[in-house]
Amino acid sequence: METPVYPAHNYLSNGHTLKSWLLTKDHKRIAILYLISISAFFFLGGLFAVGIRLELSTPQGDLFQPDTYNKFFTLHGIIMVFLFLIPSVPAVLGNFLIPPMIGAKDLAFPRINLLSWYLYIIGGAFTLFAIVAGGVDTGWTFYTPYSATSSSTNVAPVALGVFIAGFSSILTGLNFIVTIHRMRAPGLHWFKLPLFVWAHYATSLIQVLGTPVVAITIVMLFTERAFGFGIFDPQRGGDPVLFQHLFWFYSHPAVYIMILPALGVISELVSTFTRKRIFGYSFVAFSSLAIAIFGFIVWAHHMFVAGISVYAAMVFSFLSFSVAIPSAVKVFNWTATMHRGSISFETPMLYVYGFFGLFLIGGLTGLFLATLGTDVHLHDTYFVVAHFHYIMVGGAIMGYLGGLHFWWPKLFGRMYSDFWSRISAILVFVGFNLTFFPQFILGYLGMPRRYHMYPDEFQVLNVLSSGGAAVLGLGYLLPVIYFMWSLKYGAVAGNHPWGASGLEWRTQSPPLTENFLEVPTDIPEAYEYTPKVVREAKLV
Amino acid sequence: MSNGIAHAEGPTPTHGHAHAHHPALQHHFDTMSQQREAGVLGMWVFLLTEVLFFGGLFFAYALYRSWYYDAFAAASKSIEILPGLINTVVLIASSLTMALSVRSAQTNQRKATVNWLIATIILGSVFLGIKVYEYADKFAHHHVPGASFQFAHVPAPGEPHVEEAVAGHVTTMGPDELERTTQIFFSLYFTMTGLHAIHMIVGIVILFIITWMAHKGRFDDEWHAPVEMTGLYWHFVDIVWIFLFPLLYLVERHN
Repeated sequence: METPVYPAHNYLSNGHTLKSWLLTKDHKRIAILYLISISAFFFLGGLFAVGIRLELSTPQGDLFQPDTYNKFFTLHGIIMVFLFLIPSVPAVLGNFLIPPMIGAKDLAFPRINLLSWYLYIIGGAFTLFAIVAGGVDTGWTFYTPYSATSSSTNVAPVALGVFIAGFSSILTGLNFIVTIHRMRAPGLHWFKLPLFVWAHYATSLIQVLGTPVVAITIVMLFTERAFGFGIFDPQRGGDPVLFQHLFWFYSHPAVYIMILPALGVISELVSTFTRKRIFGYSFVAFSSLAIAIFGFIVWAHHMFVAGISVYAAMVFSFLSFSVAIPSAVKVFNWTATMHRGSISFETPMLYVYGFFGLFLIGGLTGLFLATLGTDVHLHDTYFVVAHFHYIMVGGAIMGYLGGLHFWWPKLFGRMYSDFWSRISAILVFVGFNLTFFPQFILGYLGMPRRYHMYPDEFQVLNVLSSGGAAVLGLGYLLPVIYFMWSLKYGAVAGNHPWGASGLEWRTQSPPLTENFLEVPTDIPEAYEYTPKVVREAKLV
Repeated sequence: MSNGIAHAEGPTPTHGHAHAHHPALQHHFDTMSQQREAGVLGMWVFLLTEVLFFGGLFFAYALYRSWYYDAFAAASKSIEILPGLINTVVLIASSLTMALSVRSAQTNQRKATVNWLIATIILGSVFLGIKVYEYADKFAHHHVPGASFQFAHVPAPGEPHVEEAVAGHVTTMGPDELERTTQIFFSLYFTMTGLHAIHMIVGIVILFIITWMAHKGRFDDEWHAPVEMTGLYWHFVDIVWIFLFPLLYLVERHN
């Protein structure tokens, strides 16, 4: 194989001015804008996590006042959920890859795509303003009546920020749905699509159907704070539990907005690095839709102790268990794909192995919490914190990082350091488990979440957790360094450094602004790794 | 910018074809019909979002109406019915003019398109004008939730007094509780009609832009998707009002 040459003409060389970036309609450039901005918010949210873990290294509340601590975990949650996890995989990798994966020149609505980035930035600016103006202390869940009447912090600006960022998410989902329906290359029917695209389709459905509900809930909360209306105010007969219902109607499916795209990434990676077609392709495709649909009918498992009826709780408990079925379908099918596959251990695949372990633990501990009696014991303890971090950080961020390492050569045409990226993948896995596994035990022993002090006997586990967070933080910082380094000094990647078969690897890296010189017409089945295909496409 | 590089090498990209494209065709679509279908599908998906957006309010309304039916009935009866009725007729008429403008755009009647669009703008503005009058009335009667809220139901001639009406259902709701819980009705009233009015204002702004584009001759029988999409949006906002009117104005008006 000849040495690859870095292409002189690509989407990055197409204009170097600030204007050519800030007014771009190219989905690839918008993806890069998202990559930069969500990374900034990720490290800001991480800074608040550092504060939390520092405070919890000792049993006494000796670093922050209780009010300050409340603001720290609130801002950590709001920034990580709304400004990092929700946009992470879809807005960066989905934005960049869906058009080339389906043989299109761009998303259906390039201007709306740019608008959604600006909405994201405006939403983020409101949140930053609230931080500068003194923070907010309601928890990321904004529960009423505290958020509506009692809290004296900046609830309104943050609520407005979340509302605006929500519309950014809706527009991304809308764009993907229309793009996947209307922009596929001729001959690329639904069951030839990469599972990454299926996962994003399911995610987009949640974004389009769920986000408006939390948006209107925030509007109602806003009218209470700004105009003295009383929709959730118990003094006027309003029901704070209604707020919880409406909030979780979005915010539970929102977990699937975070995890489904990561599951799509994992499908691509497993297939590529085992050189096999995904086992049970259509089952994996439909399991994404099933997760999206089931996700909408399980929300009240967040409210088992909020005074909802026992019968409702039983139904929601049962339904919550049913989410395990499509999730397990995916895990079993990935395992079956690997069976007798030609497995390799490249860096993206290391993230997949890490993902398997963390997603498994995170998913199974979810069943503990879906069980009515157990949940009464574990509700609002560190067990819940550990559980959702295993899914949202262990699952979603491992998928995001795995995907970023996989497609980085496609995004920028250059390879990063193989050695350091492996070190980083291992640090993230070890650091993550050290941080969050002790929290399962802490929660089981009864340590509640959202307190800045705790009894002395919990200190050993808390120190382990804080130490793990330091390792995890290092694991997250390393990629920033070697990714930046790769932009200038990395080896030229060539069109398909991993020998993957997807359409996005058929164009140059980095791609042309139009993605393809000619619209691909001979569309293969997804994940074709028969010897003939490998030979003819020169994938090796 | 968007197609600058692709020309530089290799076979001519699809964009540079010699045959004439429709001037409205964007570079990333292959045909006008693909572009139209994408736009219209996008608008339908957006309206789905809007259904869920208003859905949260309708859900809250349903819950509180079942809890505090008497308060909802008393509060609803305090609203003047005639402005709401006129507005309903005005909005339905505006949907007709909107539909006629879409039809005119499809059949290449530029002047008729512009005229029907202007008629829609006028009807929409009439609706908002009447809404302003209604809001002013609520402020005058202290029916806006908050510190200065007061609710003393004045029965219309021939209407049974509120205590009697209440007596027919739940007898436990005294004047104090009535005043507290009618605030929920009016909170929902203002949030629902307020959001609807904001959607109307946005719609009118879009109509102005579309009218200007129609005036400039941007639409023809091959390309009129923007008029169609504006029509879909306008009809949706209209339908929301069709639900709001009976839910807010007509609770227990039958006796």
